[in-house]
Amino acid sequence: MIALDIQGLTKQYATGAKALQGLSMRVEEGAMHALLGANGAGKTTTIGILTGLVRKSGGTATVLGHDLDAEPEVVRSLIGVVPQEFNFSIFETPFDICVTQAGFYGVPRQEAVTRVEALLKQLGLWEKRALPSRTLSGGMKRRLMIARALVHQPKILLLDEPTAGVDVELRRSMWEFLQTLNAQGTTILLTTHYLEEAEQLCQTASIIKQGTIVREGKMAELVASLDVKRFVFTTATPIASVSPIDGIVCKKIGDLEWDAELPQTGTVTALLAGLSAQGITVTDIRPRNNRLEELFLQTIS
Amino acid sequence: MATVSQWVPFRTLAWRECHRFLRIWKQSLVPPLITQSLYFIIFGAFLGARVGDVQGVGYAQFIVPGMVMMGVINGAFSNVAFSFFAAKFQRSIEELLVSPVKPATILGGYVAGGALRGLLTGLLIFAVSMFFARPAVEHPFVLVAFALLAAVLFAIGGFLNGLFAKSFDDAGVFTTFILTPLIYLSGIFYPVTALPEPWQTISRINPILYLVSGMRAGFFGNPEIPVSVSLGMVAVISVGLWMLALRLLKQGRGLTA
Ligand SMILES: Nc1ncnc2c1ncn2[C@@H]1O[C@H](COP(=O)(O)OP(=O)(O)OP(=O)(O)O)[C@@H](O)[C@H]1O
Ligand SMILES: [Mg+2]
Repeated sequence: MIALDIQGLTKQYATGAKALQGLSMRVEEGAMHALLGANGAGKTTTIGILTGLVRKSGGTATVLGHDLDAEPEVVRSLIGVVPQEFNFSIFETPFDICVTQAGFYGVPRQEAVTRVEALLKQLGLWEKRALPSRTLSGGMKRRLMIARALVHQPKILLLDEPTAGVDVELRRSMWEFLQTLNAQGTTILLTTHYLEEAEQLCQTASIIKQGTIVREGKMAELVASLDVKRFVFTTATPIASVSPIDGIVCKKIGDLEWDAELPQTGTVTALLAGLSAQGITVTDIRPRNNRLEELFLQTIS
Repeated sequence: MATVSQWVPFRTLAWRECHRFLRIWKQSLVPPLITQSLYFIIFGAFLGARVGDVQGVGYAQFIVPGMVMMGVINGAFSNVAFSFFAAKFQRSIEELLVSPVKPATILGGYVAGGALRGLLTGLLIFAVSMFFARPAVEHPFVLVAFALLAAVLFAIGGFLNGLFAKSFDDAGVFTTFILTPLIYLSGIFYPVTALPEPWQTISRINPILYLVSGMRAGFFGNPEIPVSVSLGMVAVISVGLWMLALRLLKQGRGLTA
């Protein structure tokens, strides 16, 4: 089944800004899908429309077969959302915030208390449950919003930059948490500016540019569709020039650093063999960018 | 999947609203008690002796219904106005907007919370009044009916105020320039019939006049305005404001982009 089916979505804000211009995308049920795009591309607007915070100007959206216009309340009860910006009362405690949120979805208090305890423990917030939420650190606040989004056990979880401002270690544990959730059947759509994160976590992705989707598909296929691969290598001693190696273009970018652009069919073995044949010792080689990053930059430029 | 029943969300929201004002009781419940006690001391005890009886009761007693009504109105209004505006300001209102809670439930939950604060404040002021004047309660049902109506009406008013307010300053403007003058000019300190014209006629446009008159009838009987007229008036205004607030909420005025 299709978890999320968005067709021709448009949004013009009161300021005149055309945030979405016929955006169409699909997310399969059970997927972990990345929505990628530059600042201002329309990611938050898209999520806002699905959750009822933004009124769409046109187009349709269907969530697990339920039309957003026809059954807004059903759609909302299927979705859990972790917004980009903090939006809880700083005077209330994590425990109260989550239990209250469960109540808004019709979960009786006793049941809510059990669920909230489990979630706060899993997300490492149990110790902080009774403190005013303004006293939490940035990463804790973000985890609080994840707990809050899950109290009604949504079928689809929308995360708008969930790992912004979260340290490396915590980010990994958040990934694991999301992967477990996904493995248990929750469809996940996330936006992120960390493309490495998207590549590791998500099987599918859409790239949004100025309010429309410009690329969409399986992560592996998207990355494979890159027509050039770029590497940076370091030589042992300064080299004046590198003779052409078939189809590979090398450019000097530093004293010892070189940039190599490989065609789709080119291999690192061929590059290294070519350099070796010219008597050049390579001490280090690495992709210039993460591959998804490369695709992203090529797509949105 | 059936739509979510609205009972649990309503109870959750109403409870959160009550919990909020109970948690900050020093700022929510104590100040009106101090203010009204001062009124009782100054107007009731000090000045009351010079004024003598008004409409057959001592002056200290005469002002009790108005003092109680003032507490109910201010408590209900400020609770919803402030709480709703703060939710908008902190964007925690989004917690409700993304959930399947219906607009009528959101309005109802806030109004219930505010009305309870108004009623609790009124009750406390009534208790305090016992130290200064022992007012008779001739018609308890009438008294309760007016307290309830006033609490609901001004809780809805507070909701509208919170909905329209764009800043904290905005949130207080209505109270300072409209609500407070209307309360003071609603006959809490004097019988309206004692006013010279045209003030008597002008006073009759003030909806709070009907509430104070009704409340006074609950305490002492002998209303200046028939109870049914006051009740009807206030009920009609309440329904009108409820419908307006609901409509704006459904449109997402100031809430959704
Ligand atoms: N409330 C609003 N009123 C007017 N314009 C808005 C509003 N919200 C967003 N926009 C505009 O709509 C466009 C898309 O914004 P949106 O927040 O959806 O981008 P985004 O992809 O989430 O960006 P980011 O990565 O920076 O979070 C931008 O041009 C933005 O200025
Ligand atoms: Mg955004």
